[in-house]
Amino acid sequence: MILNGTAASPGIGIGRVALVEEPDLSYTSRTVEDTAAETERFNAAIAAYVDYTNAQADTMREQVGEKEAEILTGHVVMISDPFMQGEMTKLIDGGTCAEDAVVQICEMFATMFEATGDELTMQRATDVRDVKTGVLAELLNKRPVDIGALPQDTIIVTHDLTPSMTAGIRPGVIAAVVTETGGLTSHSAILARAMELPAVLSLPNACAILKQGDLLIVNGTAGAVTTEPTDEELALARNAQAAYAAEKAELAKFVGCRSVTADGHQIELFANIGKPEDATGAMERDAEGIGLFRTEFLFMDKPTVPTEDEQFEAYKKAAIICKGKPVIIRTLDIGGDKDVPSLGMEPEENPFLGFRAVRYCLAREDLYRTQLRALLRASAFGDIRIMVPLVTCIDELTAVKDLLARYMLEFKQEGIAYNPDIQVGIMVETPAAAIMADALAEEADFFSIGTNDLTGYTMCADRGNEKVRYLYSTYNPAVLRSIKRVIEEGNKAGIMVGMCGEAAADPLLIPLWISFGLGEYSVSATSVLATRKQVSLWTKAEADELAEKVMQLKTAAEIHDALQAAKK
Amino acid sequence: MFSEKVTLVNPQGFHMRPASLLVGMVGKYDATVTIVNGDKEIPGNSLMAIMAAGIKCGTEIEIRAEGAQEAEAGKAVVDFIAAGMGD
Repeated sequence: MILNGTAASPGIGIGRVALVEEPDLSYTSRTVEDTAAETERFNAAIAAYVDYTNAQADTMREQVGEKEAEILTGHVVMISDPFMQGEMTKLIDGGTCAEDAVVQICEMFATMFEATGDELTMQRATDVRDVKTGVLAELLNKRPVDIGALPQDTIIVTHDLTPSMTAGIRPGVIAAVVTETGGLTSHSAILARAMELPAVLSLPNACAILKQGDLLIVNGTAGAVTTEPTDEELALARNAQAAYAAEKAELAKFVGCRSVTADGHQIELFANIGKPEDATGAMERDAEGIGLFRTEFLFMDKPTVPTEDEQFEAYKKAAIICKGKPVIIRTLDIGGDKDVPSLGMEPEENPFLGFRAVRYCLAREDLYRTQLRALLRASAFGDIRIMVPLVTCIDELTAVKDLLARYMLEFKQEGIAYNPDIQVGIMVETPAAAIMADALAEEADFFSIGTNDLTGYTMCADRGNEKVRYLYSTYNPAVLRSIKRVIEEGNKAGIMVGMCGEAAADPLLIPLWISFGLGEYSVSATSVLATRKQVSLWTKAEADELAEKVMQLKTAAEIHDALQAAKK
Repeated sequence: MFSEKVTLVNPQGFHMRPASLLVGMVGKYDATVTIVNGDKEIPGNSLMAIMAAGIKCGTEIEIRAEGAQEAEAGKAVVDFIAAGMGD
């Protein structure tokens, strides 16, 4: 049987299940008579917790890294706080049992941390609760399962992978991890990726369905877990495992390298993200910046429109994670197939040709003002650039720039910091923008070609409609000529030209982009290294020769075949 | 007793890293340091209490120090905060 969860850390693991359950830390509250003895019991538990956590931090430092170990040393620093310990012993002196004292004081601090409104401190509430659990486990003498003692080829199945569990994992012994909770950006996922451990997360009821000792195939790339695998399935999984290892070794050579063609032409290789925390994964995978940060997530699935402060925090977070590398943030691109319930947009007969993206935002200045002001404020924390979607004529871009100029003036008067030289560019995704690229290049600080919509609008074909889907292909000469023109006009004007659609990572199309002179490729985080490799395979001269031939062809099929035949 | 006012200038305020640096600094002196924020008195040797106070950038606070090395301790803390706490 195949069970599906979230593909959180790539690779394939084959092994037997070890169920790792959190120990039961329930206890009965009681009033203490001998408070001196209770204080002694409390002190002993703290000392044991500190020793145990320090030892785990050492293991973590050796096996994973300093940053991950700091989570645990931070716990030691917290519990060593004389004031916090003093508050706990005060309660014990008054007859409270040690367990209650620890729970009450830790919860008090966790609640206070959450109330500060400061994001960094709010996140620390989780750490305070980890400390609480750790000290309770010592008081109740119930330390969790010793993961370090598990046998070779074990698959850990647990509710949630905690940093303290991770500390015990020895690479090469644990084959994979399966959890019941956690998404792509959870602690579990980040730790699993840092340890290059295949992981499938958010598999509902995993701890109940999977039994101790079961043989499993865990495919962290696909997010699938195969129970009771057949010999054939096992053989396939072993082959896939070997292929994955070979590919990973090959791509690992490109970590930390410059993104250059075989003859040394440098390009910029960025990643697309949908949430600020995704920037962490993008940086882990060696992206040189963020080429497309979609801001719709802030607006969707929410009963109310996000405030300027909420948006500011999200944009600032991405800027801080990227440490000065460019972060191109696309302003609200709603409408079309993306509905935002809180805005109460009216249904339209033809939404893709309707009231959407920049058109909607310019008509709703209240809404756009909030976003543009949040972006400007966040620009004080990194290289934030603003990208306007669905531009069809210059007026739209100048209108956005006028608004920005007005908000900058407001900030100047209010004494609020922003980057006065913030770049404002456009997403080139309409045939109108492609045709007007020469004129738009005079006004825009950069172009980013959105190949998905540009293909759809150029071919007048909805890729969701099966009957016309055959027309929806970036290999169509009409689309390729359009892209070529946009890149050339942008380069002529001396502005950066990037691409943020799926085509930027297409190995067949990359030689064309090299030949056309594309400066920035923005791809999904998982495609960064593969794209760097593909770019490195071609010289400009080879790419030019292929492009010259391909651009004379007249159909998508011929072009696809010619590119396929030339593929390296 | 040492007493001096200082304004928090680092953008993130007292999050864990600057708070632990400050507590480490206070520990080096023979003096009891207190941070006064409005009507609240926060013990300068407690990382947890300082973080929980959630004092934000731009807030003016008072540093008090008492003990044998009160002048040195107070000045060190004020200078550290005024310099942005290494952020």
